Amino acid sequence: MADTVIRTQHASHAHAAGPRPRPIFSRRNIIIYGVLIVLALYYLLPIYVMVVTSLKGMPEIRVGNIFAPPVEITFAPWVKAWSSVCTGLNCDGLSRGFLNSLKITVPSVFFSIAVASVNGYALSMWRFKGANVLFTILIIGAFIPYQVMIYPIVVLLREIGLYGELSGLVLVHTVFGMPILTLLFRNYFSSVPEELFKAARVDGAGFRTIYFKIMLPMALPIFVVAVILQTTAIWNDFLFGAIYTRPENYPMTVQLNNIVNSVTGVKEYNVNMAATLLSGIVPLSIYLISGKLFVRGIAAGAVKG
Amino acid sequence: MQSSVSIQNLKLDYGTVSVLRDLNLEIGQGEFLVLLGSSGCGKSTLLNCIAGLLEPSDGSIYINGQNVTWAEPSRRGIGMVFQSYALYPQMTVEGNLSFGLKNIRMPKEEIRRRVARAADVLQIEPLLKRKPAALSGGQRQRVAIGRALVRDVDVFLFDEPLSNLDAKLRADLRVEIKRLHQKLRNTMIYVTHDQVEAMTLADRIAIMKGGVVMQLGSPNEIYNRPANKYVADFIGSPSMNFFETTLSRGAEPKVVLAGRDVPLATYGFVRKDFAGAVWFGIRPEHILTGEAAASAPVRFEVCAELVEPMGSEILVWSTLADTSIRFRLDGQEKVATGDMLRIGFDPARASIFDKAEELRV
Repeated sequence: MADTVIRTQHASHAHAAGPRPRPIFSRRNIIIYGVLIVLALYYLLPIYVMVVTSLKGMPEIRVGNIFAPPVEITFAPWVKAWSSVCTGLNCDGLSRGFLNSLKITVPSVFFSIAVASVNGYALSMWRFKGANVLFTILIIGAFIPYQVMIYPIVVLLREIGLYGELSGLVLVHTVFGMPILTLLFRNYFSSVPEELFKAARVDGAGFRTIYFKIMLPMALPIFVVAVILQTTAIWNDFLFGAIYTRPENYPMTVQLNNIVNSVTGVKEYNVNMAATLLSGIVPLSIYLISGKLFVRGIAAGAVKG
Repeated sequence: MQSSVSIQNLKLDYGTVSVLRDLNLEIGQGEFLVLLGSSGCGKSTLLNCIAGLLEPSDGSIYINGQNVTWAEPSRRGIGMVFQSYALYPQMTVEGNLSFGLKNIRMPKEEIRRRVARAADVLQIEPLLKRKPAALSGGQRQRVAIGRALVRDVDVFLFDEPLSNLDAKLRADLRVEIKRLHQKLRNTMIYVTHDQVEAMTLADRIAIMKGGVVMQLGSPNEIYNRPANKYVADFIGSPSMNFFETTLSRGAEPKVVLAGRDVPLATYGFVRKDFAGAVWFGIRPEHILTGEAAASAPVRFEVCAELVEPMGSEILVWSTLADTSIRFRLDGQEKVATGDMLRIGFDPARASIFDKAEELRV
């Protein structure tokens, strides 16, 4: 028996040509795919529970089994979460928070990236005097815990009359995005060959022309990364949203907290789940849409930076 | 010859490290000057200073009689070609060529005319609509040269433009640059570490070391009459053989090599009265063998210790006067390790340097 096995192996080796055949159910594949599938299920399970719960009516939820699919599918919890659930003082649902979050996120993302990309470009290409000191200070900024700065910023915003306003929160987000984004852009622009910059200078291009005509078109992948990082971070922000805004300006996350943590009345799990899913849609869809670009941008920054 | 680029007392220090030390250089109108040296000798730094991409610590730079020490790179009347081509990746070849002209708001008609002319000179018309990524290395470098060409500048600066190309392409483009220079008659300053490029292209070569010009002269002068031991050692491949010996002046000047007198009556002395410890240098290609050796003024017999056949010639390693030496044989010769060979040379072709300062005697 063993003899034949050896002989057939010899025979197959003798005729070997082209790619080596790989069995699908090898031990290696089973371990790799097994672990991947288990982990995927582990991470997907909460989402599954949320989705099925949000589609059930309250009587069905009271029955108990959280893993059971809904017997009778209802979208009423979604409608309620969006338009009529009470979030503290206002009872017009998450729609208000969604708009607020948009009004906060879009300008914050735009301004923080606009400023940080110019910062990074200036720091890496135009080695002006004090550039390294400035950069060090900026990076230290990234390591100071937010809690330390909360109160001074409250005072600051009050003094310039932006406390409680959406624009005040936009300012805070723009400033806090600066260290990490500048680092991101500086590293990316450092990977651009210096000779390109020199060639542009010989060609008579100045600070602005080089930025807009040469660096900006080259940096698209890193802009995508920055947009994703900032959008998810700002959309998901709770701390600043809760501290620096008034109730009518609350972002979605703060509203969600008020819905889920309200202690009066019946706990409407289905509405809570629907509200949570609603507020997660934006970052989730950003990842799904731009996943490939994101990986490419991160890789570009990592390998060359 | 009117000077096109003039560098006066140029210094550049990075902190305590001085990269260029009190450098003076006059480059004539239409001259092809090559800055040659090993890496870190300051040749690229010098070029960047001329281009205005680096600020010197002291000294001044004149281009066409104008002091441009503080001028922007684009206002110096220079065009520059880089080793990595440095083409703008998101622009087409045409965009690359016209970028500099658009920046000075040149009329569209004039831009089109100049791009067409440069494309014609460099034979890149079929590539005008392509992006740099779709070009080969040689084509890219041609576009990079074109970018300098369209700006109609007086001085071309080349920063190791051929180092990224493979050997064959390098040889092709080398000839093309030479042809371009003959056609345009612009001043060209060319940085390289490749001595073949330097020898073939240059009207004059400046050999640099440690931020100082070691010798400035025609390729012929640099090869045949190196001013110091560094230059003698740097130029030529394989490099010059050096023997430690003593120059004595009796009835006639001579050195002693392997117990034998080498008379130096025919040697062109620079310092007529020098005597003492010297380096006696002779190039491998100036060591004669076989028939020629028999009639050479000085003859020795050596043992072939290592034989390197290279096709067109054979390189033989051997020992003479306790010094390892190299010399060349014709590729058709039959020689094996251990063979005794007769060699000789003409002392007139030697180079002698004093040992203390290593300057030509």
